Amino acid sequence: MPKIRVMPTLLFKDVGLVKGVAFDSWRRVGSAMQAVKVYNMREVDELVYLDITATSDGRPPDFETVDDLADECFMPLTVGGGVRTVEHVRRLLKVGADKVAINSAAVEQPALIREIADRFGSQCVVVSIDARRRADGTYESYTHAGRRADAEAMGAGEVLLTSIDRDGTLQGYDVELTRLVSDAVSIPVIASGGAGTYAHMAEVLREGRASAVAAASMYHFTEQTPLAAKQYLRAAGFSVRL
Amino acid sequence: MKQVAVVDYGMGNLDSVARAIEECGGRPVVTDRAAEIESATHIVLPGVGAFGDGIRNLRARGLDEILREHAVVGGIPFLGICLGMQLLGTRGYEGGVTEGLGWIEGEVRRLEPAGEDQRIPHIGWNEVAFTRASPLFAGVDTGQDFYFVHSYHLVCHDKEDVVAVTPYCGGFVSAIARGRILGVQFHPEKSQRLGFQVLRNFLAL
Repeated sequence: MPKIRVMPTLLFKDVGLVKGVAFDSWRRVGSAMQAVKVYNMREVDELVYLDITATSDGRPPDFETVDDLADECFMPLTVGGGVRTVEHVRRLLKVGADKVAINSAAVEQPALIREIADRFGSQCVVVSIDARRRADGTYESYTHAGRRADAEAMGAGEVLLTSIDRDGTLQGYDVELTRLVSDAVSIPVIASGGAGTYAHMAEVLREGRASAVAAASMYHFTEQTPLAAKQYLRAAGFSVRL
Repeated sequence: MKQVAVVDYGMGNLDSVARAIEECGGRPVVTDRAAEIESATHIVLPGVGAFGDGIRNLRARGLDEILREHAVVGGIPFLGICLGMQLLGTRGYEGGVTEGLGWIEGEVRRLEPAGEDQRIPHIGWNEVAFTRASPLFAGVDTGQDFYFVHSYHLVCHDKEDVVAVTPYCGGFVSAIARGRILGVQFHPEKSQRLGFQVLRNFLAL
C-alpha cells in the first residue's frame, strides 16, 4: 500500500497566503515562496496550492507564480483555482504542477473532467468538493468557495474533500462526510477542513477511510508540524514515510 | 557538464524534470530537435498523460526514429519516467490499443486492485524493492519510498529487464534496465533526496 499522505494546504489570495474560518474571515499568513521552501526542506509528502479567488475574480490561474513556486518544489504539487479549460491544465502541468484541482469548472462543464482525463490521464485530475452539512444531516456541495452546485467525480483521479463547516475550526475533520465519499468512490480521497490535532488525522484516516490528510490552520496557528503528525500516526499504527 | 535532452513531445511536466536535472548538476535542454538530441550526453523522456496520445505525439514529431537512432543504436544513456517508461513497451491499452516504441517487450495494462482499499490511480509514496543490482540505484537501499502517480503499468515479458518492483495491485514493475536504456515508473524529480540520488546516478552513466 502507498503510505498515507500528510499534506499542508496553502491558500493564496491576491498576493499572499491566507487562512480563514468556514471559507471567510481570511487572515494573512505569509509568503507562498517562503512556505514552499520550508516545506520542501522538510520533505513533506505533497503540497496543495489553491488560488481561492481566481474563479470569483474571473481570472485564469496565475501561471507565472505557479512556475516560480514549482521551481523550488521538488515534491508533488497539486494546484487549483481558476482552472476552466484543457489549455489551463496543460500549462499548469508544463510549469510544474503534478496534479490540477478542478472545482467550479467541473460543475459547470462536467465534460471538461473527461476531456482532461483523456488527454493527460485521470491521475492528474483532482476534483475538489466543498461540502456543507444540511440541517437534516445530508450534504450539499458548493463551488466558487460557497455557491451551491452538485459535483461528480467522473473521470477524476482523486477527490479533495473539504468540509466548509469544519474549515479553520481546528475541531476535527467531518469523519462522516469523508466516510460517505470514500465508500462511494474507488479513487483516493484527501480529507480536508477541520484538522486541529494529530488525533483528528488518525480518526479520519481510520474511520473516514481517507488516503491523505490535508491541513492548513493547525500548521499556521499552532506549533504542530507535518513531521510530528507522521511520527504520531506511525506510533498509532499507520504506514507513513519518515 | 552533462548536457541532458529532455524530450518535448507535448506531454507532461517538462519544467519539473528540467529543474531537478539542473539541481543534480546537469544542463537540461527541453527539445524536440534531432540536432539537440544527437549532441546530448543523456536523454530523458518524461511524461504525464495517456499512452495513445503519447505515442502519437512522438511519431508526429518523428521522435520515435530520432530516439531509436541515438538511444538504441547510438547508446546515449536514456531514462524514461512514468509514461516515458511505459512508451518503451510493445503495446499499450490506454486510450485504445496502440503500438509502443517496442524497445522493451511488454504491455502497458491498467492496474487491477488486489484487495480492499487498493485505490486506483496509485498515488503517493510507495516502496521500490530491487530485484537485481543497477547503477541507477547506487547509494539507495532497497524498499525505500518514491513518489508514484499512475493508473497503468508496464508488464515486462523478459524478467531480465526488471530492476525493481513495488508491492501494490499484486506487484508491478517500478524500474527497468536494458543496457543503457532505463526506465522508472515513479517520479524521481518529485521524490526529493532519494529521487535526486537516482537522477545523479543516471547522469553519472
